[in-house]
Amino acid sequence: MLVDAAAESSRAGSIVYFSTKSGNTHRFVQKLGLAAQRLPLGREEPTLRIDTPYILITPTYGGGGVKGAVPGQVIRFLNDEHNRRLIRGVIAAGNTNFGDAYGLAGRIISEKCHVPLLYRFELFGTDDDVARVRKGVEEFWKRQT
Amino acid sequence: MTTMQRLSRVNAINWNRLQDDKDLEVWNRLTSNFWLPEKVPLSNDIQSWNTLTQQEKQLTIRVFTGLTLLDTIQSSVGAPVLMEDARTPHEEAVYTNIAFMESVHARSYSSIFSTLCATRDVDDAFRWSEENPTLQAKSELILERYRSDDPLMRKVASVFLESFLFYSGFYLPMYWSSHAKLTNTADLIRLIIRDEAVHGYYIGYKFQQALAEATPERQQEVKDYAYELLLELYDNEVRYTESLYDEVGLSEDVKKFLHYNANKALMNLGFEPLFPSSVTDVDPTIMAALSPNADENHDFFSGSGSSYVIGKAVATEDDDWSF
Repeated sequence: MLVDAAAESSRAGSIVYFSTKSGNTHRFVQKLGLAAQRLPLGREEPTLRIDTPYILITPTYGGGGVKGAVPGQVIRFLNDEHNRRLIRGVIAAGNTNFGDAYGLAGRIISEKCHVPLLYRFELFGTDDDVARVRKGVEEFWKRQT
Repeated sequence: MTTMQRLSRVNAINWNRLQDDKDLEVWNRLTSNFWLPEKVPLSNDIQSWNTLTQQEKQLTIRVFTGLTLLDTIQSSVGAPVLMEDARTPHEEAVYTNIAFMESVHARSYSSIFSTLCATRDVDDAFRWSEENPTLQAKSELILERYRSDDPLMRKVASVFLESFLFYSGFYLPMYWSSHAKLTNTADLIRLIIRDEAVHGYYIGYKFQQALAEATPERQQEVKDYAYELLLELYDNEVRYTESLYDEVGLSEDVKKFLHYNANKALMNLGFEPLFPSSVTDVDPTIMAALSPNADENHDFFSGSGSSYVIGKAVATEDDDWSF
């Protein structure tokens, strides 16, 4: 499945996100109201191919170690070099109950892809989180151009 | 009232045929997070314990006794009633893990007591817990729902216990930790806090699945009940908090921690947070105590962007990364 990203090309950049069946990250992205594409849920489904710069939003798995913190579907998406070249920043969902591992997936992706970890939020985010990210993303793309 | 399809008979559980992937995902998380109190060198806190005043010691023992009661309820009543409502054999298995870990949590407080405290002081605290009206009230509010024949409200009560009621207690070891006291005890409590997050998330997820199948009227009714129960528990939590923390002057900050966690409990149920950010601004040293080894603020948007440095690549153990 090849997603037509041309429609988004007029924008500075878009959002690519992953959300499990619990749908917390999906709900956050819906509240943002920005152009966004969701990575496929199934491990067998082919991943997306993106043609414009994007910010990645991902939940963190585990609640402990580095291993397994980044969802497999996100890893597969980033393993495509074409996709990886276009990532500009990452936003991670998580839970402060996980302590040092709060939003760990974001930190790992930031380090692996050399892009900033832009923000962390818990569960599906509060209204304040949504407002901050919306404003932050807008300013971020302005600085990028 | 919606009828839930309960498992009517016992079949051999096949983990290679899942009805819901989330069951295996959470099972794996919980089992990989498994721990026992013996893993934590609590005796290293003996010196620190001896620096506390008698009043501070009593507060700490009472707080931990209150937490022990909640863990006991969850282990011996909460998780077993949820098991009855399980819709997959794997969900049932996850609750057996939750039930056992709650027993480990309850057991851990006794390890802290036997390591640090005088037997007489601990016996006094257990007596206090049986007589304290606000502690008994919260126990009763939850048990009432567990005894009811409403599977949705059982899950609501369970998520409120896991994700809200513990936090008036968890505050104190985080406070001590932020003052470099009882740091090993805090390490143990952090393991409990981590477990409770997964429990609240999973039970909340199962709740949302069941709620989605209900009629719109029933959904509204359950939502109203849930907010009503939360407010009832909250009023009681405020009294409980004041009865414990007023004498050390911490009540107001503990309440912020309650608001913050009440919001997260609601979100675990899929409901919108209730408390505005003006009353959830927990003392940053408490938030920092939750993640003692984390680097400073990583957030690019929330911090000042100029101080941001992209970290050096760290080797991860995920075999799947191919670059």
